Amino acid sequence: MRPDRIFRGLFVLYLLAFVLYLFAPLLIMGVAAFNTSRFPTVIPWQGTTLDWFSAMWADAAMWQALWTSAIVAVLVVLVALPVGTAAALVLTTLHARARSFAYAVMVSPLLTPGVVIGISTLILWRQAGVGGGIALIVVAQTTFIICYVMLMVMARLQRFDRTQEEAALGLGASKLMVFRRILLPFLRPALLASGGLAILQSVENYNTTLFVRGFETPLTVFIATKVRTGLTPAVNALALVIIAATVIGAVAYEVARRRQVTRQPRS
Amino acid sequence: MSHSVELDGIGMRFGSTRAVSGVSFTVQAGEFFSILGPSGCGKTTILRMIAGFLEPTEGRVLIGDRDMRGLGPNQRPTAMIFQSLALFPLMPVWENIAFGLEARGVGRAERRKRADDLLRLIALEGYGDRMPGELSGGQRQRVAIARALAVEPGVLLLDEPLSALDLKLRQHMRAELRALQKRTGVTFIYITHDQSEALAMSDRVAVMSNGLLQQVATPRQLYDNPATPFVARFVGETNAIAGRVSAIGDGMARVDTALGPLHGRADRSLAIGQAATVYVRPEALMPGVGANTLRARVSRMDFEGAFALVHGQFPDGAALTAAVPSTRLGDAPALGTDASFSFAPEHAVVLADA
Amino acid sequence: MRDLYARFGGGLATIFLTLVLIWLAAMVLAPNLMMIDYALRPNLPPLQQGGPQDVRSLDNFLYLANEGVHRAIFLKTIWASALVAALTLVVCYPVAFWMAQRATPGQLSIALMLVIIPFFINEVLRTLAWFILLAYRGPLNAVLQGIGLIDAPVRWQGNGGVLAGMVYAYILFMLLPIYNAIESLDKSQLEAARDLGAGTIRTHRRVVIPHAKAGIATGCVFTFMLAAGSYVAPALLGSPGSRWFTEIIYNWFFEGGDWNRGAAYALTLLVLCLAVVLVTLRVFRVNLTDVAK
Repeated sequence: MRPDRIFRGLFVLYLLAFVLYLFAPLLIMGVAAFNTSRFPTVIPWQGTTLDWFSAMWADAAMWQALWTSAIVAVLVVLVALPVGTAAALVLTTLHARARSFAYAVMVSPLLTPGVVIGISTLILWRQAGVGGGIALIVVAQTTFIICYVMLMVMARLQRFDRTQEEAALGLGASKLMVFRRILLPFLRPALLASGGLAILQSVENYNTTLFVRGFETPLTVFIATKVRTGLTPAVNALALVIIAATVIGAVAYEVARRRQVTRQPRS
Repeated sequence: MSHSVELDGIGMRFGSTRAVSGVSFTVQAGEFFSILGPSGCGKTTILRMIAGFLEPTEGRVLIGDRDMRGLGPNQRPTAMIFQSLALFPLMPVWENIAFGLEARGVGRAERRKRADDLLRLIALEGYGDRMPGELSGGQRQRVAIARALAVEPGVLLLDEPLSALDLKLRQHMRAELRALQKRTGVTFIYITHDQSEALAMSDRVAVMSNGLLQQVATPRQLYDNPATPFVARFVGETNAIAGRVSAIGDGMARVDTALGPLHGRADRSLAIGQAATVYVRPEALMPGVGANTLRARVSRMDFEGAFALVHGQFPDGAALTAAVPSTRLGDAPALGTDASFSFAPEHAVVLADA
Repeated sequence: MRDLYARFGGGLATIFLTLVLIWLAAMVLAPNLMMIDYALRPNLPPLQQGGPQDVRSLDNFLYLANEGVHRAIFLKTIWASALVAALTLVVCYPVAFWMAQRATPGQLSIALMLVIIPFFINEVLRTLAWFILLAYRGPLNAVLQGIGLIDAPVRWQGNGGVLAGMVYAYILFMLLPIYNAIESLDKSQLEAARDLGAGTIRTHRRVVIPHAKAGIATGCVFTFMLAAGSYVAPALLGSPGSRWFTEIIYNWFFEGGDWNRGAAYALTLLVLCLAVVLVTLRVFRVNLTDVAK
């Protein structure tokens, strides 16, 4: 064989190893949910069962954790979408000189480690007599999730033709109507996407949430605690369900986005 | 319900640059009025001041004799058609057209009916539920016009709306715009850098250069009696022969040039001894000797059908262009020979050099 | 500011400004200022707060500098995070290059899907997956024993486990910026390099890597930052002997009960991360605007 054939073969091997690296852990975790073994593993296989799913389903603490995460996610979206959109609009309307400074300030939460955001939020609100709990989780999470919303809305705004606003004004629309009928519909796809991203970020957050959770136990904390205190394949069953939901959600979102793109040709 | 528009000494400064200074003119109600000038001459700034997107730093804008100071674009009886058209891409055509009515609180059923009426007017019946992205360039153009007309504006402002179209469609839309203006009686203020567009459509034309108003006149007057050297050169083709005024009288002037003395109609402000230029249209130049005779070497001849463009060179290297009707091509000189061209004094204009 | 009001009118512009200012003041600025204040004050019982002993000093930072174990863990966190970034770079670079320059459009869309899907999944779950894989009686040991590579199970948990879990967790943050950077490289440059006789390594060293410099810097900076601030991976995959700096911080808050020292430690971590980010971006001349995509 010629050397570059060997090289190419090795490279394909490497790509396969990479894919294996990406998926083997997830696969093992998922499959272990069906093993009767008390500790989640695939070797040795002690028998196939769905019991761990019913165990998970019957776990009241899990439902409580899911409920907590859901409430937090909804509240995060309700805060982050308006504020992130406002930030994007303020930033794009600002003069170029002020903009780069404001931009640096506004993306700084993304450059701050998650634990630090949790800690600083906890410290500030202790002064006001507010301890960890749902409210603080929402505050701490929105601090940086707003940045994601802002960046996605800004990306969309860059493609906005502002003469549309002028045209609407010239036709007698009030500024409020211009915003409601022209700008907001234009931003809709970005708002939907960033809403989805905000939910994902909120539900999956651990580092920030850990510090401000108080006595609440959101889903990620629930799982991490289980790992340390008593891991059974019921957690794998939960993980599998979450993964399935996430992947289905992501695919549905992508499909919807592509349909949106094809339905609206260029303006 | 069309309105007159009066500009009273308006000016616009952006920081230290003056985009427009001291422009005054009045557009009559129901007039098709164009503002013509090269890009950067301030014409779009003027339009945006009339529409209310810009507040003039000096002077006033009056529409229907009402001072517009402090009124935003949504409070003025104007509607604008943008160069990019700025149709709303996420609304179907009928909602685009009825947008201004929506802003005025007209009910949905009534809006739909009015939109359909206007679609009929622009010959796009049945297109109401399409999206703007699904229309051709000419159709989008017409929708933009219908959208502006829907609010029954007293003044329609058009910012080079035809510039994105190809030549054929552009010529067709010119006629259509003109007809629409006559039918609706709305005052049109039309911005363009294309002089043939301005001359063909307008009742009157204002010519702008470097933020200054050069002349306001009918297309015919603009062509025959340019008031400034800029207008003489910018509107239509012209031959310019520089010299010095040596005699004035009876509305005529004699200018001594390197090609000999030439006569033409004189601007009142001319004085003897002043540097001035004689402007002659190519179609005023005829082969042969006459009252004003120029000699030039014929270098090129472009036959265009109804006439031929004869290009020549004066001894000093300057160029000459004459448009000779085909019927008189028999008299035309041969290529490479020296030939005489003449023009009647009343066909030439003498303007003092700026 | 005037433009904002001109564009949206008084009502909307005021609402927008208010929302943004509340966010920046109450959620971004105030918490950090309060954390700095906390870090500078001693931990006192409530009665003595505001008393004569409540004076600002650098004691909490000096404590970190002088406490051998914590200092060692802090330094280890730095170099281990750098190691994570380096390993992730090594793992990702060939894939990114292949995706950007060699893959057919069909392969590319599959590859993009394959790398993105795992990252829609919760970081805790991904770490859990590694926890299961690396468990003492877990599949990895079973397989390795089965094929005879090892005689007795290996205790993977500890530094090795943390490293593996982190590299896994941050692949996407490395892969995408490098992919984006290499993707903009004109194919003809590669052909020109090959045509001029450059081998694979020289082509990468002289053409591809200089071109992708900004993307590589971005990926490394973010991986480093995420690794240094990570809590899940060390908590689940680590062992008592492989503690991470974030775990020390956590202990000050919820076990040691000294929030002031905890704040000082957290501030140190923040400053370290910001410094690394800003210096790297400056050195590689990357604009902040290009980073946050």
